[in-house]
Amino acid sequence: MKWIAAALLAGLLLLLPLFAGDFYINLASQILIAAIFALSLNLLVGFGGMTSLGHASYLGVAAYISALLTSRYGFGHGAAAIISIAGTIATAAFFGIIALRATGLGFLMITLALSQVLWGLAYRMSDVTNGDNGIAGLTRPMPFDISLDGAAAFYWFALIVASIAFLMMAVFVSSSFGSSLKGVRDQPRRMAALGFNPWMIRWITFIYAGFWGGVSGLLYVYYNKYIHPTSLSTTSSAEALLGVIAGGSGTLGGPVVGATLVLLLKNYASAYIERWNMLLGLVFLFIVLVMPTGIVPGLSKLMARLRRGSR
Amino acid sequence: MTPLTSDYALEIVDLNKAFGGLKVTQSVSLAIRQGERRLIIGPNGAGKTTLFNQISGDMRPNSGQIRLFGADVTKFAPYKRAHLGLSRTYQIITLFTGDTLQHNVTLGLLGLLPSRWQMWRPLSFYGDLAGEARRTLDTVGLLHLADHPVSEIAYGEKRRVELAMALAQKPRMLLLDEPLAGLSNTERSTVKSLIASIPRETAVIMIEHDMDTALDLAETVTLLNYGRVIVDGERDVVIADERTREVYLGS
Repeated sequence: MKWIAAALLAGLLLLLPLFAGDFYINLASQILIAAIFALSLNLLVGFGGMTSLGHASYLGVAAYISALLTSRYGFGHGAAAIISIAGTIATAAFFGIIALRATGLGFLMITLALSQVLWGLAYRMSDVTNGDNGIAGLTRPMPFDISLDGAAAFYWFALIVASIAFLMMAVFVSSSFGSSLKGVRDQPRRMAALGFNPWMIRWITFIYAGFWGGVSGLLYVYYNKYIHPTSLSTTSSAEALLGVIAGGSGTLGGPVVGATLVLLLKNYASAYIERWNMLLGLVFLFIVLVMPTGIVPGLSKLMARLRRGSR
Repeated sequence: MTPLTSDYALEIVDLNKAFGGLKVTQSVSLAIRQGERRLIIGPNGAGKTTLFNQISGDMRPNSGQIRLFGADVTKFAPYKRAHLGLSRTYQIITLFTGDTLQHNVTLGLLGLLPSRWQMWRPLSFYGDLAGEARRTLDTVGLLHLADHPVSEIAYGEKRRVELAMALAQKPRMLLLDEPLAGLSNTERSTVKSLIASIPRETAVIMIEHDMDTALDLAETVTLLNYGRVIVDGERDVVIADERTREVYLGS
């Protein structure tokens, strides 16, 4: 049953551009990008117990570095991508050292403050970042000389990256390291007594999450061909966090569902209501009240109950 | 670093710890030989668990020195001490309640292995780890519950999982914090024979209030009161000592 559903979903994703129009293909690409971002945030929030309100930093750093290198300094996309990811990893490593001095609320506040610093830089350092105007006129890469300018081509590119990201993060959380991470989330003291180094485990996870945040940032800037300081803002961090929690933190499907939900609401509702954030808030409130652990765990619990009931 | 050879598994020299004005450890000095079985007794609030927390590294002493197998570990983080061969159990059960018994014990094994850093290979691929975890569960008589989550098992069984996690690490120095607390008589004798079957070369320090059971397991006894060592020595000598009766056993 499970395998059939997975195969159906894979087929649907793969063949989507053949039956959907450009609008929906582009929407799907955006969902894939948001899903990678939410999955990376979930490594921290769900599996590491580190609630971050500054994860957009890594998306933004990668996007800005790539945008600047390709538009202003004449770098090729390959070199720019490598440097952006390296820059993101370095940023995450540095921010991690600062933020991991605290846990819980303290950690949350530090990640928030650090991301505000970056947002401020993007906004105010206008001779470098172009400030509020953002950086426009960017191009998409041409891997193996294939143009990604068409909606379908870009979608397939994003689908490949998202699939790799999903698989790598799925293996990560089921690995020995992932078990150590969950252990440190649940019983840090015990884990230390057993020989695990909690700080190092958290720090490596922080960097790894930053890395995937950077990957989603690259896709983001390729897709939009434009980058603006709002991408680095607390609002984008919070939106992703909302998606993770609504979908179900600490599960693999949850962040994907949550990110999809947020994006759909944003795209559809914003066409009818100006204050779509209000609607998002209401939907979020409803989810938290009905399914406190999120949509994915909530639905699987419901399914289990129905199955038991029908017997 | 000096070679880790010492006749002593653990040496504590003039250890002091205070919470504000409350002195919980006062110039405590102890020496535990390799393979020694030591019982620590004392009334509630005597500073027994605090002493354990300083040995394991959960708490830093204000002054004094702790040596494990000859190495000065006073400033070592807990995980480094674990890698020198120190394991402990907790008075308040500290398990991973959502995970299976097997996973709990596996974490104990993993803690000392380099593969705990492995990110690219699912943990379930390590068949030898699973086998070792199940063998350890078998020795504490819980193999039949290996695939149940900890939250589903009884209190006495949880106590045994605590023990299994520590035993799986094959420690050279084991700290047991009230391993018999809250157990029924049958469970008590099960756990007692479990502790008795710990390999001879492992040094064991046990905090326990159940003197009837614990005294049989001990070779030496330390009596603590108000954070101080009151009497310290061979079991029968300490038990016969007048101060012991005064402080603990009641005259």
